[in-house]
Amino acid sequence: MQKLLKNDRLFNIVVPVFSALLGMLVGGIIMLLGGYNPITGFGALIDGMFGSPKGIGEMIRAASPLILAGLAVGFAFKTGLFNIGVEGQLLVGWLASVWVGYALDLPTVIHVPLAILAAALAGGIWGMIPGFLKARFKVHEVIVTIMLNYVALYVTADIIKRYLYAGNEKSYKINESASLSSEFLASITNGSRLHWGIAVTIIVAFIMWFILDKTTTGYELKAVGFNQHASMYAGMNVSKNIVLSMSISGAFAGVAGAMEGLGTFQNMTVLSAFTGTGFDGIAVALLGANNPFGIVIAGLLFGGLNTAAPQMNFNANVPQELVEIIIALIIFFVASGYLIRLILMRFSKEGK
Amino acid sequence: MEEYVIEMNNIRKEFPGIVANDNITLQLKKGEIHALLGENGAGKSTLMNVLFGLYQPEEGEIKVKGQPVKITDPNVANRLGIGMVHQHFMLVHNFTVTENIILGSEPTKSGKINISDAAKKVDELSKQYGLSVDPYAKIEDISVGMQQRVEILKTLYRGAEILIFDEPTAVLTPQEIKELIQIMDRLVKEGKSIILITHKLKEIMEVCDRCTVIRKGKGIGTVNISETNPDHLAELMVGREVHFKVDKKEAVPKDVELEIKDLVVMDARNIPSVNGLNLSVKAGEILGIAGVDGNGQTELIEGITGLRKVKSGSIKINGKEVVNLSSRKITETGVGHIPQDRHKHGLVLDYTIGENMVLQTYYQKPFSKSGILNFNTIYEKAKQLIKEYDVRTPSEYTPARALSGGNQQKAIIAREVDRSPSLLIAAQPTRGLDVGAIEFIHSKLIEERDKGKAVLLVSFELDEIMNLSDRIAVIYEGKIVAVVDPKETNEQELGLLMAGGKRESEGVS
Repeated sequence: MQKLLKNDRLFNIVVPVFSALLGMLVGGIIMLLGGYNPITGFGALIDGMFGSPKGIGEMIRAASPLILAGLAVGFAFKTGLFNIGVEGQLLVGWLASVWVGYALDLPTVIHVPLAILAAALAGGIWGMIPGFLKARFKVHEVIVTIMLNYVALYVTADIIKRYLYAGNEKSYKINESASLSSEFLASITNGSRLHWGIAVTIIVAFIMWFILDKTTTGYELKAVGFNQHASMYAGMNVSKNIVLSMSISGAFAGVAGAMEGLGTFQNMTVLSAFTGTGFDGIAVALLGANNPFGIVIAGLLFGGLNTAAPQMNFNANVPQELVEIIIALIIFFVASGYLIRLILMRFSKEGK
Repeated sequence: MEEYVIEMNNIRKEFPGIVANDNITLQLKKGEIHALLGENGAGKSTLMNVLFGLYQPEEGEIKVKGQPVKITDPNVANRLGIGMVHQHFMLVHNFTVTENIILGSEPTKSGKINISDAAKKVDELSKQYGLSVDPYAKIEDISVGMQQRVEILKTLYRGAEILIFDEPTAVLTPQEIKELIQIMDRLVKEGKSIILITHKLKEIMEVCDRCTVIRKGKGIGTVNISETNPDHLAELMVGREVHFKVDKKEAVPKDVELEIKDLVVMDARNIPSVNGLNLSVKAGEILGIAGVDGNGQTELIEGITGLRKVKSGSIKINGKEVVNLSSRKITETGVGHIPQDRHKHGLVLDYTIGENMVLQTYYQKPFSKSGILNFNTIYEKAKQLIKEYDVRTPSEYTPARALSGGNQQKAIIAREVDRSPSLLIAAQPTRGLDVGAIEFIHSKLIEERDKGKAVLLVSFELDEIMNLSDRIAVIYEGKIVAVVDPKETNEQELGLLMAGGKRESEGVS
């Protein structure tokens, strides 16, 4: 049994790595079919991710919101809930952080945490709504969260236009005191847009791990996720735990929004379509096996693929469309981890 | 040399880390009912899954009617005339009997399913074997016993000559068990052969011709039932002597611990399932509730423990009114609850044994402090309970899911009894367990009684009620219809009361 557990843990690492390689293999075949050299292509991709300090900086910057979105999905998932509403929670969090960052004038030590907290609060409330509806009326959270994504998209756009509009489809910029951007981080990464958000992200990953694995709250949340009947029998308040779980998940997503608002963009755009970060978060969480530290790694991979994809276009002349197909293939194979697991298991069995 | 319809010779099946079947031989004669006896986790199901083609054995051979065969999947087993009546029925609830039976091999007539021909065939089979199943009834409308007959028909329809029954009586009422035994006799008379997986010795003695015993994955041997007795079988199965009759001293009842007055509890359909029930349990006694399943037992227990809203009435525990308090408050009042369904209520199967051991106490000291769990204390406690209650698990870090049913139940009992509640509610505490585990659990319940705790026992097994209880309360249609002394009653009288009859001594009212 002990051996099996150990094998299982090893498997959790081997599967995603193998999946990523398989995705690259199929991507390579497609490049060959299209008449492009896969080695130059992937060389450019890897060079874009790790080849320069700026590349690394951009990868980490892009990873922050993805990791946080992944943490949000993973947290809900660990407690038996499927939060598809990360996108919407991210948007309201983004708006809240920008609003606090723009409207208030405070010393940085207070302003930055306050703006992040506002984002967490906004995202938390946005997550609480489907949690409450599920707990009280048994409405499935998937439906409510999907619908609330649209509500968030248009409500944030409308609020920016009404109250925060600086013209050119953008909100006012946040004050310097609320900004996460850092000249120091930018300078060591040759002028990337890397900001302190990654530190916030790592802290949130720790918070997730701590809540789930160390506290009585996490014990309850997971128990309710695994078995509501037994949780009720044990005297836990199932409804409260569902609402709490969705709220915490939403708060994580809200902080993801703050990464964009306080870090990368310093404002918010009037969006006409989703950012996609919230949905990528689902794949990030799956790839990270819902483990906070796995999610950090997975988020970095996604961030790197996103930022380095143009390099394939510039340096290897692979057309943008094909690049996107290849990135999608890698993600597809990674997300099909379950299938890959089955295949690997079959192999290892036959190997014996 | 007699002819065997099935021979499983020297079967060996390994799983990572354990040998589930080690050199087991089972030979089934034509027209016999052959019992396969063993404790939980002894490897009975594994052996049958090998025969049914779900597992491939590492060693050994299987012969059907003298021909060596390789059974690679259940379809092959079906073609060889082997049918399995599963313990958990595999039926589609909103389909009719016939639709369920033909599922997977639907007879078609120019592309359309030909239900009426199939129904006719089902009806013929039903008549031939005395099953009296209505081919057009919907599964959701028929009783559990009837559903089981549908499962039997399913195998017969597919031409099974050899029927495997996997613990068929676990879900049946005493009356249904009687009928099942008649059906099995009939099947054998019509030339079928039966393998009966069970750990109920009484049934084996009643219906079987021979019995193969396995213990901890090893074949112990095959005995003729006419030459053996229950004690001997139990000894073969467990490997030591087993006491059936529980040794217990006279009860020394003290004050009333649980007092229920005019209790009304609604069921899921909002019909009063417990309907004006009165009951009291004293400290230092075991009160057994006898009754046919579905007469309000579940709702009564859920009402007492706060899992279900009480419509009206009063429940006092140690003098304190607890009606409609939260489950946690009631637990804290000093109630232990061994739930009827250990997988649904008793355990979080994905949690480790250690985590399950503190399911109601995790938020208290010393298991946590200001919201932070103290895993060292939790696992130390678990280790101690595992040892004390002989829970067989590789470690306290093993997920509860990985344990056998008996050991899961022992873990629940360890947890509930260790909290030292003044009222212990045990619902079907030994359901599906083997004699060794039953003996252990019974002795624990009596130990608690002797410590001066009140024990409320609900069981559908009359033997268990008769054996353990100091007083027996018979429940019928949500009311306690009689409270009797086990020394002054017998199964017949209890059976009658459970069916709504009046006591003879009370006369007709």
